[in-house]
Amino acid sequence: MLKFVVRRLLQLIPILLGLSVLLFVWLRALPGGPAQALLGERATAESVARIEALYGLNEPWYVQYWKFISAAVQLDFGNSARTNRPVIEEMSRTFPATFELAIAALIFAIGIGIPLGYYAARKYGSWLDNLSVSGSLLGVAVPVFFLAYILKYVFSVQLGWFPTQGRQDPRVDADHPTGLYVLDGIITGNPEATWDAIMHLVLPAIALGAIPLAIIVRITRASVLDVVHEDYVRTAEAKGLWERTITRRHVLRNALLPVITVIGLQAGLLFSGAILTETVFAFDGVGRFIAEAISNRDYAVLQGFILVIAAMYVVVNLLVDLSYGLIDPRVRVR
Amino acid sequence: MRVTDSEPLLRSEPLLDVRDLSVTFTRKGGPTVRAVDGVSFTVRPGETVGLVGESGSGKSVTSLAVMRLLPRRGVQVGGQVLFDGDDLLTLPRDRMRDIRGRDIAMVFQDPMSSLNPVVPIGIQVTEVLERHQDLKGETARAAAEELLFRVGIPDPRRRLKEYPHQLSGGMRQRALIAMALACKPRLLIADEPTTALDVTIQAQIIELLKELVQDTGASLVMITHDLGVVAGLCDTVHVMYSGRIVESAGRRELFGEPRHPYTGGLLASVPRLDAPRGAPLHPIPGSPTDVLSWHKGCAFAPRCPNRLDACIGGPPRLESLGDRSLRCLNPLEQNEEVPA
Amino acid sequence: MSLSEVEAATESEQVEQPAGNLRKEAWKRLKRDPIALVGFGLIAFFVLVAIFAPLIAPYAPDAQPGRGMITPTNIPGPSAEHWFGLDASGRDEFSRVVYGARQSLLVGVVATLFGMAGGLLLGVLAGAFGGKVDTVVMRIVDIMLSIPGLLMAIAIAALLGAGLWSVMIAIAIINVPVFARLLRGQMLAQRGSDYVLAAVSLGVRRRPIVLGHILPNSISPVIVQATLTLATAIIEAAGLSFLGLGGADPRVPEWGRMLADTQRYLASAPHLAFFPGIAIVIAALGFTMLGERLREAIDPKYRR
Repeated sequence: MLKFVVRRLLQLIPILLGLSVLLFVWLRALPGGPAQALLGERATAESVARIEALYGLNEPWYVQYWKFISAAVQLDFGNSARTNRPVIEEMSRTFPATFELAIAALIFAIGIGIPLGYYAARKYGSWLDNLSVSGSLLGVAVPVFFLAYILKYVFSVQLGWFPTQGRQDPRVDADHPTGLYVLDGIITGNPEATWDAIMHLVLPAIALGAIPLAIIVRITRASVLDVVHEDYVRTAEAKGLWERTITRRHVLRNALLPVITVIGLQAGLLFSGAILTETVFAFDGVGRFIAEAISNRDYAVLQGFILVIAAMYVVVNLLVDLSYGLIDPRVRVR
Repeated sequence: MRVTDSEPLLRSEPLLDVRDLSVTFTRKGGPTVRAVDGVSFTVRPGETVGLVGESGSGKSVTSLAVMRLLPRRGVQVGGQVLFDGDDLLTLPRDRMRDIRGRDIAMVFQDPMSSLNPVVPIGIQVTEVLERHQDLKGETARAAAEELLFRVGIPDPRRRLKEYPHQLSGGMRQRALIAMALACKPRLLIADEPTTALDVTIQAQIIELLKELVQDTGASLVMITHDLGVVAGLCDTVHVMYSGRIVESAGRRELFGEPRHPYTGGLLASVPRLDAPRGAPLHPIPGSPTDVLSWHKGCAFAPRCPNRLDACIGGPPRLESLGDRSLRCLNPLEQNEEVPA
Repeated sequence: MSLSEVEAATESEQVEQPAGNLRKEAWKRLKRDPIALVGFGLIAFFVLVAIFAPLIAPYAPDAQPGRGMITPTNIPGPSAEHWFGLDASGRDEFSRVVYGARQSLLVGVVATLFGMAGGLLLGVLAGAFGGKVDTVVMRIVDIMLSIPGLLMAIAIAALLGAGLWSVMIAIAIINVPVFARLLRGQMLAQRGSDYVLAAVSLGVRRRPIVLGHILPNSISPVIVQATLTLATAIIEAAGLSFLGLGGADPRVPEWGRMLADTQRYLASAPHLAFFPGIAIVIAALGFTMLGERLREAIDPKYRR
């Protein structure tokens, strides 16, 4: 097992290095170069030269790359051109919001996706099955931002069940020690703030979780259909075990292996998916900040955020692989 | 002993009485297939019965129908399966679950795929004990260890913690047998238990089954295509072809004097060590897919060396001939040389 | 087990068919599949609308027939005159949605073709040469896959500057790894197959084997993947132009951009969000439905 972990960790190195090279080249390939990118379009030649000297952009590329890497390792990505604050500060400010949203989206997608996929497979050919199959086809064909619009229009604007935007009603008196508003409400003993934060999360979480939901339903269904025809399930039946033992121990434990991989992949994608969702709901997180950085050509922010999100994605995938090793004994010995 | 002297067996009530069992598969848009077609046989307490036939003969489907393990969709099962007087086919599902694993247990063909790859062997053994005998925790574990020891798995304590892929093929089959025998069932059904194993292991597993059945007094239904397995084990043998029994007899009668041309062909196709060097093998011509539908005539007719015109004129009946039952219009003569 | 034996026996006639007949078989199955047919119908509808947009649309996409009728609080919805209503600048929403089909189809097709071409090239390189080439190519693919697709598309489009071409190139690039992996897998799987070994043993050189044998046999999965990629490309393109990375020319309306522009009017003029959104769904759903069923028809592994 330890060997397996070490090998997977070593495989990370070339990927992260390649990623950093890619971003390094990217920033330097931007129209006008990084100095212009930092200063914006109206920068004068003089100020560009000053910035280039300041950031060592006139030095040889390998020196620049080294500086870039050592800065990145210390999480120093420069300042945001728009807010003029360090990128890392902006990131730590917006990160909890998106983290909270991603968790809520995952709870929604997994909580509905696995049971739905399971029952669709067990009731193969039933209306529930047909519904989940067509639903999962539709789920991947609806753009996130359009779904977000529909949810917002129907449930916020028309029905008024949920707030239309933001993370917390400004009229609600709330402290935010962690930045995870639901958690904040709980630890500060403020049920009103907790409830308000939850209500703000519901629609964005559904919008963000829709695609993962569709994919989880589909994979769970296919996987359960495969597993229930396996010989070992028949063996379990031949032992006269109760149906719930068979389901839990012999069907789900095997059927969920591919589902876990997919959940991991989808979880890693939530931060980038949040760019569109958060924009629609004016949800003050990483995604919205990136969207604003795009329209403001705030390249330092883009670079830092992309590097961090990609690194997170890689790490999440690694964690999924490792957890696979915990559940499936066959992986460990390979 | 028991194997030779069958007199007392005949007088006792049957433990399992399969009456006119039929299994039909229907597939959406596909043809209807009658995999088992009016099969009847009995198994007495302590008796060992062989169901023999090529793949596709319906022997495995018969066993799965008895256990009610066939999928519910697209499968119709007819007839009766009386176990201890109860018809298993109409029993409430929960009662059937009580019987499975406790009174009737089953050993399957492929020990690798029949064991759950992600659950330790120990749990797969103890779960039967927990379900049927209310054993828990350490007691169940100790019982499982004892079971593994009895089926000849060395170092059982360690093996309990291992996963199926860490065991050899023979070990896995032994573990499956341990699970089947965990609750001392009265009937054990073994579906081709040695087919997926190495030849040397096959003999060991058969020997083990024989021993365990004799020790516990359980009845055994051995399903196999291998007449060698039957010869060393079974009191009574039923030969199946295309879903029907074509010949039933005691082991000695069947091997001594096969009457159905199919039985004769099966026997002749077994390679013999005592045959002279260079003597040709005698496979049955054709393949099991060259079948005639039973209601048109004898399904074996297309491959049969003894075929008469009447054979394809109508379905042959299963006739009782004193020491055996036979479904053939033109059986092999008694002591006739088996045709090549 | 025995049940599968029974099924195998009944299926044996189908199983023993050569590959050409399998394709015919897949085609036959597809023609009876309602989901595939609906998918095909949606695609046909989408393509026809795109081609004949000037004939279908009553107004030019930048004409403002309702300019005088618009106030910030009153944007007229669907009427007999304007089927999909008017947008915030008094343009005919129906005409703009119809013209939008052109951009969507163009981006989808071009991005998919470029992505496919790039992926095929990398995949064939990796699969045909193996060894170091394979390692290098697959590492590049791994790195590309380590960045979430949308994020990478944003980065590329930002690099190239907003516009239709940036969107196409960005989406093409993020789809390269998928095709590269697919092709490489196909090549590796087929390299050991009997007919390739036969060709090798007959002294056929590498290039003819790859071009003459392996590529043609990889076509089915590539077509399936391309169909599915078309769907995602259309959605991704809409996403990028939603974020303001697409073109801004009012004469070439883009559905994603139309949705973004409508954000402020969602409460007062929901039709402005509804119609372009539905248009994207129709286009993407058509390719998704056809692609999924195509995959099931061609590859029995997915059939259930």
